[in-house]
Amino acid sequence: MNGFGYLRPDSVHEAAEAYAAHPGARFLAGGTNLVDLLKLGVERPSTLIDIGRLPLDSVQELSDGGLRVGATVRNSDLAADPRVRDRYPALSQALLAGASAQLRNAATTGGNLLQRTRCPYFQDLDKPCNKREPGSGCGARDGVHRDHAVLGHSPQCIATHPSDMAVALAALDAQVELYSTAGTRRLPVADFYRLPGEHPERDTWIRPGELITGVRLPAATAGAPSAYRKARDRASYAFALASVAVVLRIQDGVVDQVGIAFGGLAHRPWRARHTELALLGAPATPAAFEGAVALELAHAEPLRDNAYKVPLARNLALDVLNRLAPAPAPA
Amino acid sequence: MTSAPQPGHHSEVTLRVNGKPHTLRVDHRRVLLDLLREELDLTGSKKGCDHGQCGACTVLVDGRRLNSCLLLAVALDGSEITTVEGLGGDGDEPHPLQRAFLDRDAFQCGYCTPGQLCSALGMLAEAAAGHPSHVTGPTAPSGRPVPLDRSEIRERMSGNLCRCGAYPRIVEAIEDVIP
Repeated sequence: MNGFGYLRPDSVHEAAEAYAAHPGARFLAGGTNLVDLLKLGVERPSTLIDIGRLPLDSVQELSDGGLRVGATVRNSDLAADPRVRDRYPALSQALLAGASAQLRNAATTGGNLLQRTRCPYFQDLDKPCNKREPGSGCGARDGVHRDHAVLGHSPQCIATHPSDMAVALAALDAQVELYSTAGTRRLPVADFYRLPGEHPERDTWIRPGELITGVRLPAATAGAPSAYRKARDRASYAFALASVAVVLRIQDGVVDQVGIAFGGLAHRPWRARHTELALLGAPATPAAFEGAVALELAHAEPLRDNAYKVPLARNLALDVLNRLAPAPAPA
Repeated sequence: MTSAPQPGHHSEVTLRVNGKPHTLRVDHRRVLLDLLREELDLTGSKKGCDHGQCGACTVLVDGRRLNSCLLLAVALDGSEITTVEGLGGDGDEPHPLQRAFLDRDAFQCGYCTPGQLCSALGMLAEAAAGHPSHVTGPTAPSGRPVPLDRSEIRERMSGNLCRCGAYPRIVEAIEDVIP
């Protein structure tokens, strides 16, 4: 590990200015991924700009009935927030399904969104990886890729995004707040992430120098429960092989609101737009759910060793949809 | 740590460790675990994986359990840190949880034990503060202490690996000190 400078700005604006003034700088918050990447040599910053103590650590009510989650709210605190548990259960469940208690106590909302893939080729400097070193090739495509993407991958990269939280936020129509010296903007979480294409080195549409200041959750619709389910190799403390977040509202037996996102399948949380389109206005029946989920997963292009993810994701989605759908009223 | 430290790559920090203040000039690359072990001679906290995956390095920072191998010391200026050496307080008596680990024979090699102890104490505080876990039922009331049955303890302690496989005894030892 090379030496680096360390700065602890007192405001978001100072942090953005410090980034502009120090080429090669990185923002540090909980550090659960960044410090590991420093040790691995994947990240070699000139300077760390510590944003962990900026006043971005609260969850606030918005006037439209939504919630604003500050970028440095710790994952454990967000999962335990009664408003999140009551109004956005998929988010609390997704957070609690991720990592370990120690990591959730350190990891922040903004850092969780920006964590890097756990593809072992990305983390190993001795292996080729287009995400870490553009043009070096992809070791995973013909190598060990059981955990890798089945949707939206490219010849250059088959990595998955590891976050559980981001999958729930994508299904919940949350937005990311971004700040830079040039101004502020917001992006839906579902559109914040890129597909790898020819530039897998870029995970998201964040611009150099932009800082995540928070996440906005829209007001939860009455009668629209949500849930998250994750499949992993062991009962706890493992990344998703596949996961799904679902928001579902049914009126008079018909789906009138639906948000579905898959995790573990792609370079980004995979919003299942084909499924959602097919379900809106359709009867909320197991058969309708099955047909709609199949429409999405028909786009899957599994690799040699990860075709199991397609039926796994289907079963997870059908389980959650059927669980959230209220039993039909007796005739 | 291959290259020589450069000017601008060190800072002064003050940490309270087990109640005692320490002001040190640290290399920015220094993680808390290495600082404890190599500069403060507190070798109770163990280095297992050094990547936040095994929990052997777990300590309490301002009362919260964290992996000390992933914490840059420079970012902890002003923090209150408790390691396994500080669990018994000022006296020579072990903490009741340490006593329970002995009574239950909750280890074989003992390497993971300091992390298990610190993690379990952090866990008890989290449950008392109403923090849910992955296995907490959806109907559990928000903000109220969460009762800890065995499945809760196992899930909440999943960040601490024990390669000897002493898990059943570790769970029993923790159950012994649940208020």
